[in-house]
Amino acid sequence: MYSKTVMDHFRNPRNVGTIDNANGIGEVGNPLCGDMMTLYIKVNDDNLIEDVKFQTFGCGSAIAVSSMLTELAKGKTLDEAKKITNKDVAKALEGLPKNKLHCSNLGADALQKAIKDYEEKKSGKVKTDSRNIEPPIAESHDEHKHDDQCHCSYCDSDLPDGATFCKACHSDILAKLENNA
Amino acid sequence: MEMINFDHISASPLLPEVKQAMIDIINGEYGNPSSQHKIGEKAFVAIDNARTSLAELINCRDSKEIVFTSGGTESINHAIKGVAFANAEKGKHIVTSNIEHNAVVRSLRRLKTMGYEVTSLSVDESGKVNPEDVVKAITNETILVSIMHSNNEIGTIQNIKEIAQITKEKKIIFHTDAVDSVGIVPIDVQELGVDLLSFASNTFYGPTGVGGLYIRKACRIFPLLDGGMQENNKRAGAENLIGIVGMGVAAEIAKRDMDKRLVHLKSLKNKFINDIPKYIDEYYINGNVENSLPNLVSISIKYIEGESVVLMLDDENFAVSTRSACASGSLRTSHVLLSIGRDSADAQGTLVITFGINNTEAQVTKFLESLKIVVKSLRDISPLYKGK
Ligand SMILES: [Zn+2]
Ligand SMILES: [Zn+2]
Repeated sequence: MYSKTVMDHFRNPRNVGTIDNANGIGEVGNPLCGDMMTLYIKVNDDNLIEDVKFQTFGCGSAIAVSSMLTELAKGKTLDEAKKITNKDVAKALEGLPKNKLHCSNLGADALQKAIKDYEEKKSGKVKTDSRNIEPPIAESHDEHKHDDQCHCSYCDSDLPDGATFCKACHSDILAKLENNA
Repeated sequence: MEMINFDHISASPLLPEVKQAMIDIINGEYGNPSSQHKIGEKAFVAIDNARTSLAELINCRDSKEIVFTSGGTESINHAIKGVAFANAEKGKHIVTSNIEHNAVVRSLRRLKTMGYEVTSLSVDESGKVNPEDVVKAITNETILVSIMHSNNEIGTIQNIKEIAQITKEKKIIFHTDAVDSVGIVPIDVQELGVDLLSFASNTFYGPTGVGGLYIRKACRIFPLLDGGMQENNKRAGAENLIGIVGMGVAAEIAKRDMDKRLVHLKSLKNKFINDIPKYIDEYYINGNVENSLPNLVSISIKYIEGESVVLMLDDENFAVSTRSACASGSLRTSHVLLSIGRDSADAQGTLVITFGINNTEAQVTKFLESLKIVVKSLRDISPLYKGK
């Protein structure tokens, strides 16, 4: 069900680990939704992403997305990196199964968070030694709370082909996709 | 390299005898058991023989108490909806447990939208329903209790006999989903005292797409499928002749070999559970220690996610199942694992390993060696793992 490229990145993930002197860290996801990713970036004085590493708890798709993202981000300027979307990552992986949309969203999100973290630190908003990451659980999605009627990919009912997501999750995912388009 | 199958709960291979019986039926005169001529007569006899084999496997008083279906899911839908519809004027309350299969969960959810009320009982950390909770949950409106015999994710076997005694006294119909038990562990419907019992052929090396429902005589139930008079007027539609014949042979062999198989499966399971501490740390073995399926090990491995484990083990030619939300299609943490107290992260790392009659102890050792490597490489990239 996964493309060859996905399986390659899953089997041999690139840029795994942490960066001791990272100046930007982005953490997304939580185990409730399946996947978690922490991304470390090292930005140099020319605003270039000199190094990037990740740690991921997640499925094949999440690991492959993380790995591919690091390859896309490495060596890019911050302005270039800001333009990397979840769609770009999925495309570079030669597509992901439809039901893995959720898992694949964490890659670019983590990158944008890491860049934001870097910029905030640089502008002196936060102390350099603090990771300033909201606890992952704070991101807990509302869709896990609603009633039996819900028909979304996160809820108990399967998503029929071509259907939109339920109200709570609809905005979450489709809006995100549209922003990235 | 040949695959080593530790995922018999997803699909078990057909026994050679089963295959042969099915081929013989295909090659012979393939009839409709309802026809009045000799070809139909032959088909009728074949189905009747299969019914007798199934009746013997679960010790029915009368083979007519077996209704053939398209599998476990249909049997469960039939039992639950059939009883609910047939007894609606008596009451609309149903009692179940929090760890039932989705066929039960979603059938009941459907009934809820039609005005039925459902009380779902919690289980202890080993997955057991307390029979006293059943007593407390029953009201004057209760028409059905549905509690599974064994659980497909953690293997725990319930005290069905005790619960059936409660329902019998209160004259409430009792259904048990025994899809993962029939053909694996001894099942005696008369001793258990249940009114309805669902089973599926593929659990015991028969074909998929065929199963059955035991309906005790005089149990008030409507058919799920309306139409012809087949299956004693309890299930309309021409019978799945090939599948039923295959299941019949599988049932005969399951009964004949049950003791031998139990010894073998238990030894594999014991070896797995005894040896695993030598290979990995920080995990939970799920389910009840004293009373659980002899062929199933459910293990929650910390800091890693199950689909990744399954994919990596697949590369090493091992087939196992996971209960991770990512792999479930619904992206939702397993309700069974949450019910026994696993948190979402630990539930994510849950594997369901199901042994079969052809597995060996040497395969268990090989598997554990691979598992050790897989767990280490996934923990090495996990942000949750701080060990090392
Ligand atoms: Zn995932
Ligand atoms: Zn929803």
